[in-house]
Order: sequence, then C-alpha cells, then structure tokens
Amino acid sequence: MTSAALSAPAKRRLGARSSLRRNRRWALITSYVFLVIFAIFFLIPPYYMIVTAFKSDAEVAHMATNPWIIADGITLDQFRILLTQTDFLTFFKNTVIVTLCVVAITMVVSVLAAFSLGRMKFWGSSVLATGIFLTYLVPDTLLFIPLFQIVKAVGLLNSYWGMVLVYPTLTVPFCTWIMIGYFQSIPKELDEAALIDGASHMQMLTKIFIPVALPGIIAAMIFAFTVSWAAFVYPMAFLYSADQQVLTVGTVTSLIRADVYKWGMLMAGALLAAAPPLVIYAFLMDYYIAGLTAGATKG
Amino acid sequence: MADAVQTWLPGLQISARRSASRGLKQFLRHRSTIAFLMCLPLMIIIAALVIYPAFYSIYLSMLNKAQTRLVGLGNFTFLLSRDVFWMVVQQTAIFALTAVFFKALIGLVTAHLINNLPARGQRKWRGMLLVPWVIPLALSSLAWWWLFDPTHSAFNWIITGLGFHEIPWLSDPYWARFSVILVNVWYGAPFFLIMYLAALKSVPEQLYEAAAIDGANAWQKFRHITLPMMRNIIAITVLFSLIVTFANFDIVQIMTAGGPRNMTHVFATYAFMLGIRSGDLPLGAATSLFMFPILGIAAIFILRGVRKRGREIG
Amino acid sequence: MAEVALRNVVKRFDEVEAVRSINLDIPDNEFVVLVGPSGCGKSTTLRMIAGLEEVTAGDIYIGGEIVNDLPPKDRDIAMVFQNYALYPHMTAFENMSFGLKLRRFPKDEIKRRVDNAARILDIAELLDRKPKALSGGQRQRVAMGRAIVRNPKVFLFDEPLSNLDAKLRVQMRTEIKRVHQMVKTTTVYVTHDQVEAMTLADRVVVMNGGAIEQIASPHDLYHNPKTRFVAGFIGSPAMNFIRCHMEQNGAGLRARISDKISLPVPASLTARYQPHSGKALILGLRPEHLTEPRRSDRDQNCEFDITLDVVEPMGMETMVYFTVDGQEICGRVDPGSAKGPGEVMRLHANMNHMHLIDPQTDAVL
Ligand SMILES: Nc1ncnc2c1ncn2[C@@H]1O[C@H](COP(=O)(O)OP(=O)(O)OP(=O)(O)O)[C@@H](O)[C@H]1O
Ligand SMILES: [Mg+2]
Repeated sequence: MTSAALSAPAKRRLGARSSLRRNRRWALITSYVFLVIFAIFFLIPPYYMIVTAFKSDAEVAHMATNPWIIADGITLDQFRILLTQTDFLTFFKNTVIVTLCVVAITMVVSVLAAFSLGRMKFWGSSVLATGIFLTYLVPDTLLFIPLFQIVKAVGLLNSYWGMVLVYPTLTVPFCTWIMIGYFQSIPKELDEAALIDGASHMQMLTKIFIPVALPGIIAAMIFAFTVSWAAFVYPMAFLYSADQQVLTVGTVTSLIRADVYKWGMLMAGALLAAAPPLVIYAFLMDYYIAGLTAGATKG
Repeated sequence: MADAVQTWLPGLQISARRSASRGLKQFLRHRSTIAFLMCLPLMIIIAALVIYPAFYSIYLSMLNKAQTRLVGLGNFTFLLSRDVFWMVVQQTAIFALTAVFFKALIGLVTAHLINNLPARGQRKWRGMLLVPWVIPLALSSLAWWWLFDPTHSAFNWIITGLGFHEIPWLSDPYWARFSVILVNVWYGAPFFLIMYLAALKSVPEQLYEAAAIDGANAWQKFRHITLPMMRNIIAITVLFSLIVTFANFDIVQIMTAGGPRNMTHVFATYAFMLGIRSGDLPLGAATSLFMFPILGIAAIFILRGVRKRGREIG
Repeated sequence: MAEVALRNVVKRFDEVEAVRSINLDIPDNEFVVLVGPSGCGKSTTLRMIAGLEEVTAGDIYIGGEIVNDLPPKDRDIAMVFQNYALYPHMTAFENMSFGLKLRRFPKDEIKRRVDNAARILDIAELLDRKPKALSGGQRQRVAMGRAIVRNPKVFLFDEPLSNLDAKLRVQMRTEIKRVHQMVKTTTVYVTHDQVEAMTLADRVVVMNGGAIEQIASPHDLYHNPKTRFVAGFIGSPAMNFIRCHMEQNGAGLRARISDKISLPVPASLTARYQPHSGKALILGLRPEHLTEPRRSDRDQNCEFDITLDVVEPMGMETMVYFTVDGQEICGRVDPGSAKGPGEVMRLHANMNHMHLIDPQTDAVL
C-alpha cells in the first residue's frame, strides 16, 4: 500500500513529462505538415515551369496525359529552339548590359550619398534622408507616363539605354537608405581614428567604410541586381523592337508569335531568364534576406 | 615651472587669431561642400527622374490627347464620368485589400511554423518558401498563366480528374479576379514571412521564459508578447505591401491585360492601356494621379512607423 | 618641442557649455591626466586638442604653434580610444601601419617602426591577427601600437582602460606607465577613475562642470586640495565633511562638531586658521585619519566615544560608520579593534591632516 501511494505521484510526474514531450512532437509534426502544404503552393509555378520546359512539343500539346510529370522523356529541344530560332539571346545580352550598368551606377551614387548623409551631415541632410525614403516608396507605375515623355525627349525611346537612365530611380533610394543604416552602425571612433591617421574623406570611404560595411554593400548590390533584372513596367512602356528588348518583356511578348503558344519554349525561356536571380539567391541568401529586411528595421 | 612653460608661448596676436578662425570656417565649409557634392548625383537623379516627372505628370494630365492645349480638369471629369473607371477603382481596392490580407495571414502563419522548427532546419525552409519572391514576377506570372491555360490547365486536369467541372480561371470575370489575387498572394506572402521571421527573432527569449513562469499558454504568449512586440513591423510591412499591391502591374497585364470585360483592370494596367496602348498620354497620366493620394497617406504612416521602430531599436 | 597649451578655451554645443574657458600648460614629456565626474568636459577637452572638435573660443598650442584650424592629421598627435577603434577588416600590422602608409612612408621604415612598437608592447606574435581574434587587452595594446608607430608629438588617451576588466586594467595601467617611460612623449590622458589618475600622472587636472578645479601633482592633490570638490573627489572612501564651529580656546582653537565633541586644532595650524575663529565652517577629515587610538602620534584630546551604526570589514581594514548631528561619518580602523554595530567605540582624529572649508565659497582655507 505504501509503495502504491508512493509510486502514484511518481508515475503521474513521469506521465506528465512524457505527455509534454508528446505534445511537443505533435506540434512539430503539425508544423511540418502545414509547411509542406505551403511549400507545395509556393513551389508549384517554378516546378511546373521546369516540367514544361523539358517536355517535347507533342507532349505539351497532348491533353490526356498527366501534365505534372514528364512521361515521354526529357528533351532539350525547347532550349535549342529558344536559343537558335528566337531573339532570346539578344534579350539576355540587353538585360545583362542594362543590369550591370544600373548596378554600377546605383552603387556609386548610393554609397557616396549614404556616406555623406550618414556620416558627414550638411545643411538639409536629414530632410534629404527622409526624402530618399519617401522616394523609395514611389512605385514605378506612378510615373511611367511622364517618364515616357522624358525618355522620348532625350531620344532614348525604344533603346535599352533608356532603361539604364530610368532604372536607378527604382534602385538608388532603397540602396542609399540601407547603406545609411549600415554606415551609421559603424562606431564614430573608427572614422575619428582614420582622421587622425591622416585619411582624407575619400580615403576614409574607400579604405574604411566600404570594407567594413561590405555585407551591406553586397546586400544593396543584390537588391539593385534583382530589381533591374525583374523590371517590367518601364521596358513594357518604353521598348518595342526586339533588338532592344529585355528578358522580362521579351519573354512574355516577343516569344508569343502565333496564336498557338509554344508553351514548352516559353517556359524554357522563363526558366533561363529567372535563373540568374535564383542562382544569386541560392549562394548569397543571407545577404539577400538582410537587404530585404533592412528597409524596415534600419533607419 | 609654470613660468618656464609660459616663456615658449608666443604672445597672442590678434591678427593670427582672426586668420585662424577664418581658416577654420573655410575648413568646415570645405567639409560640408564635400558632403554636398557626394549627394549631388543622388539629388540630380531624384530631381530629374522623380520630382520633375511628378509635377510634369500634373501638367500632362491637363492637356488634350494631342497635347496641343490645356483642358484643365477635363481628363479627370471624363474619367469620373466613366463606369469603367469606377470599376477600376473598385477592383483595385478589392485586389489590394484582399491580397494584402491573405499575404499577411499566410506570412504570419508560415513565419510561426518555421520559428517552431528546430534551429537547424529553419534555414532550409525559409530558403525554400522565399522562392516566389525571388523569381521575377513577370516570369512567374507567365507560368501561372500557363497553369491557368483554358485548354491545358494543369489545375483543371486535377479538378476534372476528381470529377468536378473545369474552372474558367481567366475567362470568367470573377474567376479571373480570384486568379490574379491568388497569384499576388503567392508572390507577396514570402515577403511577409521574411519580415515576420526577422521580427520574431528579435523578441528576446527571456520574455517568453518570464511569461511561461507566469503561467501563460501558447496563445497568451502570442497575444501578450509576440503581437505587441511585432505590432510596428507588421504595420510597416502591411502598409508597404499595400503600396506595392495597389500599384501592381505585372500580374494583371500578363495574365488578363485587364479583361475579361475590363473587370480585372487595376490603376496601373488601366493607365497603361489608356496612355501607352491608346496613345492618350494625358488621360493615362490623370489615371495614375488618382493613385497618388492613397499612396501618399500610406507612405506617411510607414515613415512614422519606421521612425518609431528606429527609436525602439536605438 | 611638444608642449601643449590651452588658452581660455571654450566649447559650446548649441546651448550646452561643455568647456568654460580653461587654461592649461603641459610641458614636454609630461604625463597629464584629466579626471572628473561624467559629463564634466574631459573628452571634449581632449577632442579639441586632437582636432576632432573645433574650439568655440580660445587657442590651442602644440609645440608652440596655434593649431586651432589644423585638421587632426596635421597636428601630429595620436589618440587611443576607449573602444579601441581598431579597423576590423585589417590585421594588427595593417592597423598599426595605416597612418604611416597614408603618409607614404617607405615600406621598410614602416616595418621597422611596427616591429619596434610590437616589441615594446609585446605583441610581435599577434601582428597578423585581425581585431576579432584578439582579447580586450591585446586590442588595447594594438591601439597603443598604432599611436606609438606614428612617433607623434602628443599622445591622447580617452579612457583607454574602461572597457577592460578590473585585473587587466591594473596590468595595462602599469604597461602604459612603462611605455611612457620608454618613449617619453607628452601625454594627455582622460579617465574618471581617480586611482588611474593618481598612479599614472605627473600632474592631475581635476575638472568639474566644464572648468578646471585644480592642477597639481597626485601628492599635492591628496594633501592640499584647493576646493571642496577636489577634497571630496580624490580619495576613497570620500573625505568626511562635518559641520563645525571654530571656538577660541585660550591661545588655541577648537573645532566643535557637536555638543559633546570638540577637537583641538594642532598648534602648527592655529596661525593659519586664526582668522576664522568664531565662524561656522566645515571640517574635512579623511576616513584614514579617523582611526582607533594608536600608540604613535596619539593625542588624548582628539579622542572621543561614539556609537557605531554600520561596520564593514574589508579585510585589511574595517570601515565604521557613525552619525554626529545627523551627518554620517566614516572611519577606517584596524579589524582587530573594531566593535560591532550598536556598540560604543573610541576613535581618534588625526587633526594634523584636517582641512577647513568655507561653506559659502567651497574653498579650502
Ligand atoms: N556632440 C555633442 N553635442 C552636444 N553636447 C555634447 C556633445 N558632446 C558632448 N556634449 C556635452 O558636453 C558635456 C561634456 O561632455 P564630455 O563628453 O566631454 O564629458 P566627459 O567628461 O568625457 O564625460 P564621460 O566621463 O562620461 O566620458 C556633456 O554635458 C555632454 O552632454
Ligand atoms: Mg568621455
């Protein structure tokens, strides 16, 4: 009897502990189940893109077979047609040129401005910093019509150099904003030490601030890259001939020729066009995410 | 000894002092000149390609189609008298509010799910679920269009396989509205996920431990710790997403181009149709300008939120 | 020639007057410590010498020249910061050589100087490590190395030891003293720690509220404070300030601190304090001069009985606290002779070390 009385609470305690563990395991399993559901939802389009891109035209057109799998074997035909019989490579080349130029311009402009606004300060600099933040909130669809007139006036309508001109309005404000945050997080003593060591303002920027804020610079570069790679409104409005077109618009408009959509080739094009941002994301995910969250958490 | 020190000191010369202070002023002016010059490229870009177009847009919206004479508010009154325009207003509001609501909800749920996982697995899941945000929207819209294709829809293949009727994803106006919102939710939810996850990580663990000792259950912890700590970042993200969604172009332009029967047009696509496709730039500019007050209000609230959060962190 | 002099230097930040017209002369090779409570303007003074803040008024001389409008790099000074301010992306070697490289020194000269400084500071093996891989004390040494290699006219230190733990702080303090003896450079050193000030300084500058209270050698500062502030600031535990009434007692004087207790002013000081006879003053007496009666320098007249309130054993000695006329007073007694709280104890005041303070002007008489 005594032994039973003693063991009861002990058993309960044991039971409580194992039920706690069981609860936690169930919570974990539920989490995984829902995450898998969401992951399926999130990954359907890229998955379907890949599946279609590696199918033959015949299989794509066939209505009875399961569209979610490749039944007739993987083929690279779609890519071959895409690269040999369409302007896809021209689009790709144009996009690369535009993006590289925009990233370069953005980094020079925003790093200089961020250094000046975050560190040196001058009359009106805090107003300017606020103004930059507000500019970053201006969506591209608000101003594309007046910009159409401006691009036309400078003679860059239907030229990808027009994109080099207007894309910085999408990239510079945000990059400046996050670089201000990164620069401000560098302790003030560091530039005072550099000042005493005899560095000029430019040397302070290139020898101290840029190396120390390198993660921020990378995050800003990734942002500028993805924005100009993915931009759609401006090329849609300002470019119309194939030799000047960029990837996003080129893929969704020029590749669609006849009434019969060549979906296999379209998906191959979309896949190749989406590849560079995805590759950068895969390798530099942490920088990518740091840049993404910095806008709201810094400043 | 103090006297000995005094002897090497040169006498105070008024003139030397004057020039010294003038030199200092020059040095300071020099410094702020450099700072100003460093900002100049940015200011030129903003002035020439944001501020100037904004004002030019107002002027443009008051011209006639051929841009030959001023018509005052004619374009605005014309728009306000058109049923299509009011449908665009209505659809943009439905589109933005519904999409942002579901983005926020899915983002919050997935962020919590990921946060519940053991630390090692979190990175992988986060990386996977952010993919929709990384693919250029124009290209994923194209893939969605293909998924919704009237004859080959891969969704319909499943639905008919299960014995239901085919869904006219993009050809029925109401289904088309549903589809564009669905795609927007798909695209934007990962952004919320990332923002929430970052905010969740910034809540100090001790707060939860203290609440656990006080006997709070999971819901109470969420209600009394997580939500208040994240309120600001949720507000910023929602407002930011509201702006982006409100001004969205890619999805609607690619999947429906505003149809069927103009029922899926949002401001941006409608302005594009009027301004660029039909060549009536002034009317298009006027349409875009209707977005301005709503975006402006959202922007001011975001700015307030960011400032507040900056203060909380700093 | 690397004297430093400040003439009527004023610094105003908008409304705040951080430094109000200070004058200071520092001869070549001297080690001067600025000490004072937080916010008294020590850092501001140092930063004006460095050229990191411009002066609002007055002049700063380095090596006999006005440097008011010279940028920091042309003043030939080196500074060590509280948080080290090492460049995180450079190795220790690169950190130390950065200033020389910017001044376009030849490579072998840079190497010679860095190696020499590394030898002095005993960090030769750490030269190719980045700051992140160094401990706090090692970082501090690298920061000092960065100053030494420049071979500047003046060293400026702003609380260089405050981020170190207590043990390391003592060790680095000795190190700084040793380095100064080796390189013999004029040094201005800011701290709020009076022990650091007393141990390091040739002369100590006590600042308060943006002004200089007193400039003196550590010994002088301790024994002859000029103001009530200095008397209270230097020494730990702080000097007791006791209201007293100066009474004439024949040819001598007595300081009456309560109805029961009055202490005789030593004959050697009578002449000095005679003019203040009959006034209400403040008696300053350090805890270490308020002990149990000891055999040497014992004076029966200076003994009195009090009831202890609190007793704090410190090991080597015991602090006893008691109240006279509502004022808490601290004494420092031998642990063996200390009584418990609430008990009566006989104490002896060493009046040879007394100070008298005028409550109106706070000046030490
Ligand atoms: N950049 C500035 N702008 C406005 N006020 C300042 C600035 N720098 C210092 N002050 C003010 O000047 C006064 C003196 O500051 P200082 O930094 O010299 O003090 P300190 O003696 O070094 O104190 P601590 O021991 O805390 O370092 C303080 O009241 C401070 O608030
Ligand atoms: Mg200080």
